[in-house]
Amino acid sequence: MAENGTRASGRNHAKSVGQRVTRIEDGPLLTGHGEFLDDIVLPDLLHCAFVRSPLAHARVDSIDLEAARALPGVHAVLTLEDLMPKLRSGRMPLGASPVGGQNKSTPFVLSGKEVAYVGEPMVLVVAGSRYIAEDAAALVNIAFSSLPVVSDARKALAAGAPVCRTELDSNLMSNFQVGYGDVDEAFASAAHVFEDELWQHRGCGHSMEGRGVVAEVRPGGELCIWSSTQMPHDVYYMLAGMLRIEQEKLRVITPDVGGGFGPKYCFYPEEAALPAAALLLRRNLKWVEDRRETFISSIQERDQYWSMQIAVDAEGTLLGLRGSMIHDQGAYAPKPINLPYNSVTAVTGPYILPAYRMDVDVVHTNKVPVSSVRGAGYPQAAFTMERMLDLVAVKLGIDRADIRRRNLIPADKMPYTKKLQARSGASLVYDSGDYPAAQAQVIAAAGWPDFPERQKKALEEGRYIGIGLANAVKGTGRGPFESGAVRISQDGKVSIFTGATAMGQGIATALAQICADELEIGPEGISVTAGDTARTEIGLGGFASRQMVTAGSSVKLAAKAVAEKAIKAASKILSVPESDLELDDGYVRKKTGNQSISLGELARVLRGAPGYAFPEGLEPGLEATIRWRTDALSYANACHVAEVEVDPDLGQVTITRYVALNDSGRMINPMIVEGQVQGGIVHGIGNALYEFMGYDDEAQPLTTTFQEYLMVTATEVPNLETIYCETLAPGNPIGAKGVGETGTIPAAAAIISAVENALAPFGVRISQTPVSPETLFKLINTARQASQPHSDSQS
Amino acid sequence: MKPPPFEYVRASTLKEAISTLSHNEDARILAGGQSLMAMMNLRYIFPSILVDINELHELAGISVSPERVRIGAMTRQRAIETSQTLAEVAPIFAEAVHLVGHRQTRNRGTIGGSLCHLDPAAELPTLALLYDCTIEATGPNGPRRIAVADFITGYMTPGIAPDEIVTAVEFGPWKPGHGYGFHEFARRHGDFAIASAAVLIERAADRTIERVAICMGGVGSVPQRHVSGEAALIGTKGDVAAVALAVERCAQLDYVADFHGGEEYRLSVARTMLRRSLADALDETRSGKAAA
Amino acid sequence: MQEITLLVNNRPYSGTVEARTTLADFLRHSLGLKGTHLGCEHGVCGACTVIVDGASVRGCLMLAVQAEGAIVETVEGLAAEDGTLHLLQEAFSREHGLQCGFCTPGMLMTLIELLRETPSPTEMEVREAISGNLCRCTGYQSIVRAVLSVTGRPGGAPGDL
Repeated sequence: MAENGTRASGRNHAKSVGQRVTRIEDGPLLTGHGEFLDDIVLPDLLHCAFVRSPLAHARVDSIDLEAARALPGVHAVLTLEDLMPKLRSGRMPLGASPVGGQNKSTPFVLSGKEVAYVGEPMVLVVAGSRYIAEDAAALVNIAFSSLPVVSDARKALAAGAPVCRTELDSNLMSNFQVGYGDVDEAFASAAHVFEDELWQHRGCGHSMEGRGVVAEVRPGGELCIWSSTQMPHDVYYMLAGMLRIEQEKLRVITPDVGGGFGPKYCFYPEEAALPAAALLLRRNLKWVEDRRETFISSIQERDQYWSMQIAVDAEGTLLGLRGSMIHDQGAYAPKPINLPYNSVTAVTGPYILPAYRMDVDVVHTNKVPVSSVRGAGYPQAAFTMERMLDLVAVKLGIDRADIRRRNLIPADKMPYTKKLQARSGASLVYDSGDYPAAQAQVIAAAGWPDFPERQKKALEEGRYIGIGLANAVKGTGRGPFESGAVRISQDGKVSIFTGATAMGQGIATALAQICADELEIGPEGISVTAGDTARTEIGLGGFASRQMVTAGSSVKLAAKAVAEKAIKAASKILSVPESDLELDDGYVRKKTGNQSISLGELARVLRGAPGYAFPEGLEPGLEATIRWRTDALSYANACHVAEVEVDPDLGQVTITRYVALNDSGRMINPMIVEGQVQGGIVHGIGNALYEFMGYDDEAQPLTTTFQEYLMVTATEVPNLETIYCETLAPGNPIGAKGVGETGTIPAAAAIISAVENALAPFGVRISQTPVSPETLFKLINTARQASQPHSDSQS
Repeated sequence: MKPPPFEYVRASTLKEAISTLSHNEDARILAGGQSLMAMMNLRYIFPSILVDINELHELAGISVSPERVRIGAMTRQRAIETSQTLAEVAPIFAEAVHLVGHRQTRNRGTIGGSLCHLDPAAELPTLALLYDCTIEATGPNGPRRIAVADFITGYMTPGIAPDEIVTAVEFGPWKPGHGYGFHEFARRHGDFAIASAAVLIERAADRTIERVAICMGGVGSVPQRHVSGEAALIGTKGDVAAVALAVERCAQLDYVADFHGGEEYRLSVARTMLRRSLADALDETRSGKAAA
Repeated sequence: MQEITLLVNNRPYSGTVEARTTLADFLRHSLGLKGTHLGCEHGVCGACTVIVDGASVRGCLMLAVQAEGAIVETVEGLAAEDGTLHLLQEAFSREHGLQCGFCTPGMLMTLIELLRETPSPTEMEVREAISGNLCRCTGYQSIVRAVLSVTGRPGGAPGDL
């Protein structure tokens, strides 16, 4: 092929990168032979259940374990006190932080004195089966004294508001400002200023497989932990700090992970409690999160309240944006303030904004702790910016695509430095992308210019149809590194070892493709071990759309090093100059003639044998480990157009068409990219119209089953039309950008824009997500009454 | 989320099932189990004994005579959805039951189970009231017949004794070619309805509506006959004004607000569903097809 | 404890089981057929879907004792003895109808029932059939595409299904 122009023979293996290669993960998953956490079977395995707080805020007066302990089949019923001999701290460390350590916002391994949300783990029950463990959990008798509850984040800072935990002086966990430019001057000189109050709620992650932990006590005091996590190395480091055990005796493995979507990014109390209990009891233990536990104990991305003002000139060019935001953090903070920080620093998105200022209150409430769900604050940022742009467009009578076009960063300004800093202090530098071209392509594909005509016709038939669009950027490929090792064994088999975590995205296939191309083989036979701390010494894991860029780059460089070493070794062994040799389907061959040596044979020679000659000038082992370093991000972008029909009597929204462009740089496997984008969009549809984690005034959760919390099903989504661009990332060796979150980020903004557009005849403004049918119905009625006091005549 | 312990009895005769119910407190009947099992997994209920009546095959089946349609209590929802004989005399069943849950739950769920669970938003109780069904319940003293209006005693509360088992549902078919319509609005396909409207219409030769039944599900604590709506239509030809009046009178129904909607919203949804169901029921090309 | 005998993927099994054991737990933990997954245990997500006497059911809403004498089909029985994938499994892989794979066994068993009855379903029929099966990864489109790619294929259905 053309890419191989420098090589003469042309007999090299067909390139795999860029092809829709069938996934190497699929076989076991399709036949029921995957190994998810609950599939792990160990000798004499015991099963665990947690007693969780039924109250949102209460003092614990007493815990009576007697009846539970007496139940046949129960092995142990443990409080934090019982676990303390095996723990260095009863309090969880701060995750994803170089500082680590405990603070007044990190959760407890088990809570025994005070509880601060419904679902907080209090007691660990160990029994012969999960059935019995649940029976015993119901027998644990706890006496509580109710304490005042903080349910609404907006009221958490009011004078006289109760505190969500008595150890705190205030519910304010953090207050910070971000911004740049002369904001006040921008507003003072603006031709127009508009304002809005936005409420955003993103619900839960809900991977179909919940969390789960297995702890195995091995001979010699070793402890092996399996966890359904996105972060096996983080769990490893955290446990090493938490448990009274040497780090070298600890191993953490991720089995097949049935989806991550953010919640499995955190290190949880259960992940500390189970290993401690296993050490204490010297027994193998398993705990599998059930769905109700997901609802009340896995992190959520709940409420943000944005109060925003936007300043524009007469033509709708952005001058300034300012406001404040209240972020509902829930009862604890297992991570630093990454989520609200992401939200406010991502607001400016793909646009040029001269001046910006945000004041953020991160407040505690008596609800499940908050951290990232797919998108991690970016969807809220996009929603805020896009809603404010729509507001300007509607008020000034400017086409919504036009106002965006006027403010998008033009391609010739790339790389573009935002005047904002990441939490590390580094500048946000957009590396590449052509946002105006992307938008132009999508609106052409979606028939945006013709829509007003169609809308007019529909309205004549009494149908309310609307169209909306939204842009988004996402910084992907967060460093500082990810490990990638490539090893060829003496049977010629190629193995990859990485700190990246496989949780369904197809990372194994993509890494195999990259490796295959460097070694001139096919990807099918390559094995990938991801997420095992005994096989990969250091690593980070899966978050922030980072693994393709970071692990992919490391694997590419490692495979390249292995390829070079193979050529060098073959040159010595065959006595052929390196320049006359090439890799071909598992062999190093002489370009002309029949001389060749297999990679397996080279591996055998390079593994060394005592008393035999070793090829001169070569390091032992046909392998290489690379930890490609980066501090910069690769910015992926997306532009979505949604078309909807709204029934105003029902408040029902039907998405009739969806066109999305995604630019995640080089697509290693376009089929996988498409899957990520489509899945991401449907998650965004859920955020726009369906998913809502409700609580009442006493912070009791209202939606703790899949009948109340509505996940999008196959009948709610149209066929998604997706378009792909490949603006190569200049900052990494593979040119790729992440794709796991770009589908989700602009989706809710595009859909809500379309719904608002459909309801333009009523003059409805929508400032929230999700929007339920009843909410929409009420908005329409309010607008009807305001604009047409006489009757509800149809236009 | 594992069920609490219970004793299990697989009844091989109806008599055995009733006797077990009579002699044990907190015994529950296990029919299709599609609501019961979920509630047990969630540990919302703790029955001491489950009496499994799935082997009582005599309780399953649909029989149709000119005067009477009889559906055995253990007839699966899927069987009702796909029954050709039922579709010929009461085509509204197939249309409505298709909206019950999902294929997997319709394969197990039964009409008797649905009636005894008596969710106000469920389709089968709504149809039972629409047809003024007679519920046959069998207890220690043998079978007795209960008018559906007496069976529905309150929110999720069927009017049968703890030792009685619903054994069949009966109703008289409407005349061939009758008009029918069933519409509901649920958040997603298969969810419980926020409001549903079921309509049956019989016309005289001059097209005058001689007989009409309207039943509304989902809006209140129990399914409700829309009596004043029926009155608005009877004796008319189903003209626009009559339909508008019937729809308008939805305001006279009882409404209960919950998580999925307040009263004002449910009223609007109820009106829209009734408008749609009436349109179907009055569409003579459609009812003609049903007769054929 | 209750005695039960049943046929799973054409193999007879008999043993004792506690009355409250769900069919899904029995398949997973007693028989080691761990392809049947539990995603919600309250009958909504569909991950535990298996076929009992020809009809798809939620494995979490049926007791193992109720499967006495039944013919049960699970995902492990779809591929041929020699490992050759079923047409639908192959299509899932080709069309990327799975990502994490957790919902996949339930999806497959639900669709097997559909294709046995309706060998050439429309897109809407496919979407309706799987509307009781949640998937967080794919957005469903690739699953629908996989099904439509095997419908009406000579030899593809229903004999093979």
